[in-house]
Amino acid sequence: MMIDELSFAFSLVVSGLSIGLMYSLIALGFVLVYKATDAINFAQGEFVMLAGFVAAGVAAVEGMPILAAIIAAVAVMVLFSFALERVVLRPLLGRPIVAVIMATIGLGAILRGLPPLTVGGQTQSLSLPIGDEPFVIGPAVLPPIQVVGVIVSLLFLGAFTWFFLKSRMGVAMRAVADNQQVAMAMGINVQRYFALAWAMAGIVSALGGVIWGSMLGVDTHLALVGLKVFPVVILGGLDSIVGAVIGGLIVGVVESIAAGYLDPFVGGGTKDFAPYVLMIVMLMFKPYGLFGQRRIERV
Amino acid sequence: MGFSMLTINNIEVVYDKVILVLKGVSLNVAKGTITTLLGANGAGKTTTLKAISGVLRTERGEVTKGSIQLGDRRIDGMRPFDVTYLGIAQVFEGRRVFEHLTTEENLIAGGHVLREKGTVREGIERVYAYFPRLKERRNQQSGYLSGGEQQMLAIGRALMSRPTVMLLDEPSLGLAPMLVEEIFGIVHKLVADEKLSVLLVEQNAAMALEVAEHGYVMENGRIVLEGSAASLRENSDIREFYLGLNEVGSRKSYRDVKHYKRRKRWLS
Repeated sequence: MMIDELSFAFSLVVSGLSIGLMYSLIALGFVLVYKATDAINFAQGEFVMLAGFVAAGVAAVEGMPILAAIIAAVAVMVLFSFALERVVLRPLLGRPIVAVIMATIGLGAILRGLPPLTVGGQTQSLSLPIGDEPFVIGPAVLPPIQVVGVIVSLLFLGAFTWFFLKSRMGVAMRAVADNQQVAMAMGINVQRYFALAWAMAGIVSALGGVIWGSMLGVDTHLALVGLKVFPVVILGGLDSIVGAVIGGLIVGVVESIAAGYLDPFVGGGTKDFAPYVLMIVMLMFKPYGLFGQRRIERV
Repeated sequence: MGFSMLTINNIEVVYDKVILVLKGVSLNVAKGTITTLLGANGAGKTTTLKAISGVLRTERGEVTKGSIQLGDRRIDGMRPFDVTYLGIAQVFEGRRVFEHLTTEENLIAGGHVLREKGTVREGIERVYAYFPRLKERRNQQSGYLSGGEQQMLAIGRALMSRPTVMLLDEPSLGLAPMLVEEIFGIVHKLVADEKLSVLLVEQNAAMALEVAEHGYVMENGRIVLEGSAASLRENSDIREFYLGLNEVGSRKSYRDVKHYKRRKRWLS
């Protein structure tokens, strides 16, 4: 009996961690944009959804390899992010932050409305050629798509961490995040770095869209993944890549455990509820999150 | 006066399309010298520097008349990062280091205009040679450096782009007199070693006139007085209003109630 309890808990944690890493990947898009440009992107979930639709649309064409679909999703999302930065957000530069927030909320609503208007509301399937053989770790069993998700997430989280800490461009981008005017005086083309940050957010959204899309199926509900981004980034800190990873893991595990233990009693839904409870508690005690930058006050 | 490295010719600066801040400012910075720009708060000194570096445009300011030249190249109206590529570096008032970056990362960001990684490395070592204290703090987050170290970092960071002209805005602000001496000593050395031309904005007029060769005095958006540093030091108005000395040369006493009755002799 005891053993069963333990292995149940273990499998909940493993599944939570793997889902959590995939949240991290999407949260990374949010963090990159916030870090570099101070813009809060409330349409991150819709970005993921859009990428899913693009990938599913291309994959549905007869004889099209799945790789083409992934590349198409990445390309479209990068171009889309560039265009968004250029057309919508640049004119809002220097305006109150609320303007940007409202713009992205509006954009999210528009994006959610697009699929029913164009390709219809039915769920489209997007399957990666990875078989159905589940991956077994002790008592826990992971579907192959989650394993792929974990690998891709780790790969990109690592790559972005390296970029920010070690490359000159990454340092320049952090300089832009720190003080735009001074960065400009250092010869840094601030707007180009804004565009770069959005492009990177586009890339992670595209990957998120492909992975989540093949896990849940592609329809407008895919945008709801974006709702998990907020607890993740608040927990980890709005501007921290490490924070996005840790925050994602915590949210993944918490919702998995909550769903495993509480759902039988309350009839479901704790999965979406628990991360937000955690977020509110976090905001009360540590508003910058676990790894967020706080303003340095030297006395 | 030698070859003019930086020439400002009768510029007007307007903020928000209506507020006239600079009303016809002209000045020269001779090659390989320190030129100082003195004046009270709000006189327009920092605005002059921002007009040169181009960051004015990020604050809704604009050069509406006149011209700014680096050598014989016109730079007014250029974007700030292009100005940096041409060889002008600005050290901002209040240091403004990238607080969340380490000392060394600040320098790397400062060397953004350099093409090769090797030259960035060389540049960093050069800065460490001038400011050994920065080397000790290389991996420390710069927001936690002391004020003096931050000022050194701000100057070092500006050096990274290998500038020909450095705009130095109030480097003495909030620093202990000994540190001010040290920093001005290094700036003096930089000018000699690197053939740097410096435009120095200062409130600490005594210090500025000591290191500078030439000086300008600014009031209400206009240059009201100009001359060699030596002649400015002897000017009785400068002594009275900027150096706080009376005619005999001793430090002024606040007991001397008559001092505020004296009027400046220039028109402002």
